[in-house]
Amino acid sequence: MSSAEAPAIGLTHGGSEDTGLGHRGPESKSIVVPYGFWLFVLSDMVLFSALFATYASLAHATDGGPASNELFDRNLVAIETMALLLSSFTCGLAMIVAKRGNMIWTLGWLLVTGLLGAVFLGIELYEFAKMVGEGAGPQRSAFLSSFFTLVGCHGAHVTAGLLWIGTMMAQIWTKGFREHIMRRLLCLSVFWHALDIIWVAIFTIVYLIGTLP
Amino acid sequence: MMLGKLSWDAIPFHEPIALATSLVVILAVGGIAIWVWRKGWWPYLWNEYVKSTDHKKIGIMYIVLGLVMLVRGFADGIMMRAHQSLAVGAGQGYLPPEHYNQIFSAHGTIMIFFVAMPLVIGFMNFVVPLQLGVRDVAFPTMNNVSFWLTASGALLVNVSLFLGEFARTGWLGFPPLSEKEFSPGVGVDYYLVALQISGVGTVLTAVNFVTTILKTRAPGMSYMRMPVFCWTSLASNLLILAAFPVLTVTLALLMLDRYLGFHFFTNDGGGNSMLYMNLIWIWGHPEVYILVLPAFGIYSEVVSTFSGKPLFGYRSMVFATLAICILSFMVWLHHFFTMGAGADINAVFGILSMVIGIPTGVKIYNWLFTMYGGRVRFNVPMYYALGFMLTFVVGGLTGVLLAIPPVDFVVHNSLFLVAHFHQVIIGGVVFALMAGYTYWFPKAFGFTLDERLGKAIFWCWFIGFHLAFMPLYVLGLWGGTRRMQHISDPTWQPLLNVALLGAVVIGLGIVLTVVQLLYSIKTRDQRLDVTGDPWDGRTLEWLTLSPPPHYNFAVLPDVHGEEAYWLRKQTAIKEDKLIDEPDYQPIEMPIDTPTGVICAFFASVCGFAVIWHIWWLAILGLIGAFAVFVWYAWQDEHEHVIPVGEVRDNARERRRIRMDNLHKLSQST
Repeated sequence: MSSAEAPAIGLTHGGSEDTGLGHRGPESKSIVVPYGFWLFVLSDMVLFSALFATYASLAHATDGGPASNELFDRNLVAIETMALLLSSFTCGLAMIVAKRGNMIWTLGWLLVTGLLGAVFLGIELYEFAKMVGEGAGPQRSAFLSSFFTLVGCHGAHVTAGLLWIGTMMAQIWTKGFREHIMRRLLCLSVFWHALDIIWVAIFTIVYLIGTLP
Repeated sequence: MMLGKLSWDAIPFHEPIALATSLVVILAVGGIAIWVWRKGWWPYLWNEYVKSTDHKKIGIMYIVLGLVMLVRGFADGIMMRAHQSLAVGAGQGYLPPEHYNQIFSAHGTIMIFFVAMPLVIGFMNFVVPLQLGVRDVAFPTMNNVSFWLTASGALLVNVSLFLGEFARTGWLGFPPLSEKEFSPGVGVDYYLVALQISGVGTVLTAVNFVTTILKTRAPGMSYMRMPVFCWTSLASNLLILAAFPVLTVTLALLMLDRYLGFHFFTNDGGGNSMLYMNLIWIWGHPEVYILVLPAFGIYSEVVSTFSGKPLFGYRSMVFATLAICILSFMVWLHHFFTMGAGADINAVFGILSMVIGIPTGVKIYNWLFTMYGGRVRFNVPMYYALGFMLTFVVGGLTGVLLAIPPVDFVVHNSLFLVAHFHQVIIGGVVFALMAGYTYWFPKAFGFTLDERLGKAIFWCWFIGFHLAFMPLYVLGLWGGTRRMQHISDPTWQPLLNVALLGAVVIGLGIVLTVVQLLYSIKTRDQRLDVTGDPWDGRTLEWLTLSPPPHYNFAVLPDVHGEEAYWLRKQTAIKEDKLIDEPDYQPIEMPIDTPTGVICAFFASVCGFAVIWHIWWLAILGLIGAFAVFVWYAWQDEHEHVIPVGEVRDNARERRRIRMDNLHKLSQST
């Protein structure tokens, strides 16, 4: 039901499209839903900031074990980063074609986004497995505990994002570009880009600074 | 192996007190369930409450949950008081140390997370959309999910009574004591998992309410026209949004330590237990204001209504609220001055802690000046507001004492501290919740609570509180530390007995609250709230009938001033007519859904499985939760339409009642 069919000031449909201070009455769902999702992303950012703070305070607590510059491989991380940044780009393309109502290309770009995300995740898991194999698992020291938790939490978010992309593709396929599907797609892209922002911080704070001699 | 760590040993056969309590609780809950079944009320409860997406009913469920858990938390409290009175000198009391430790941990955990939080969130649920003049919160289904996740956490805490044990580590589970090495049992796991599940619910609530307050308000209600309770709720939810993720991280890190052998807070492996203190108090101090800011909002509404005056210094009240909101993030270190961060850092945090007293003082003066020159009506909510002002100022002053680092070094972790925070939480939060309960009860159920019993309850809380906690200040200064299972100095006996007496008086107040409720239901015909405005209110919740229709307002009110309803009411009285009948339209409302309760079922199963290391069940729970989520997302119909005829008939009935009342008012003035 679009707002044109139901002019009736419901709780959720119709309403103001005003993006100002909201004193012209309740906003429409197309504003309220993404706004709420932004707030959730904000709380997720706070969650990561706590993990970053933990990492920062434990980064040198190696307990005689390996330190960061003995472990990380910049080249591998570079590929990983490229995959994730590129997936943000393809996610943006998916949004553009979705707005034009192009089913095949929307599904196609979402699939590419998901595959790039999977490549990223694969490299991350490979890195984790390699470190654990070298005796540098999360149980080795506080530094490694905080590394695996921070990076792993991001990885868990990417995994959730992949599940979401899959579900979203199925929904678009069966239901088409309805209003609420488009809203969800917008939220998904906000989520996916937010993961990118967090990765940029991880890349800088953990990997770039961590591989300084 | 199938059941992980779970075995017959989990049932506390060797602890007669725990076993007896378990049996009583199981019998009571089972008895109530059977009674409801025999009355044939289950379908009604399921359809009208459990599945409900109505913010008012969700609010009522939160408040019921909070009140039930209050009884549990209070039982723990009075057991501690009784034990300490008996365990002096030669006396050994009746609680063995490992049981006593569980009781004080459960008391704190329950009172903050499952009493104060549900009650505060319950009032926000019930009141905020009504005060904003809208039909529901921004995300009604998510609101239902939030409630059931909170209930799931509460359930797990109570299950620990029958199966296994609860944490023995205090209400914040400080490591290294809470690490696997020193707490190998399931107690800490119950604590961690329960708080994680309810924490998800709380964050979702914050997303919901910040969106509701910022994006869905009645036309004309600009920020500076919002009632103060909405402002304080906004501040509180912003704090939840920024603080609860930190709690989630903190508890998750401790879980990683315990379950997977990580080294965040352990003594070995480079772990740092003071990191936990910092993280948990970065959540913990804002948490204090998450609870007390909405309480301040309730007092603001009550004082203004019962003084018959607009709130004095509305703008300063708003700014004071937001100042507290920000400052609350800058004082966490005062909870552990003794960490030894150095004189400079301690001084900064000490001064910042005292600075919070300034906006709080502004508020106190605003309430006093609101009363000044007003025609104050001394109804029960006003009793609590006055009791609060007396109690809270003293509690605040002892807080200023504690904010001086050298003083804090002396009384850190003492009974002085225990007395201080009970004074601000009971005097600040609990009194507000009791005031709000009395104030908004008629709006929820259509009749007021009995005043005489209400006043008796107030005196029980007020006198009981002072008897119970003033002695603790003295004992704290004498050197009494908190959480003592045995007290060797017999000269403390008299003061401990006074404190026990205080707890008994508070207990009487709780019993009377039940009596008041039953008596008020029985005699409700004498105190029906026909007009929907029993207290001569000033904010929009009093515009609609009591109880309000599902959609709250037939037409969203048009707001023209700071006190939306008061202005409208006075205009109507002066002109002796209501505003012209508007053009009614059909209304879309969200449909009810069992999504929340099913989600919470899987969360509880999954949580229980994680606590007992039953991994297959945990995975099954997760899959179940995801399946419910996708199933819900696949639904197409999320709203139903209330036809215009029904809306019009209800609205006309309301207008008729209002007109009758208006004539009475016009004749009397």
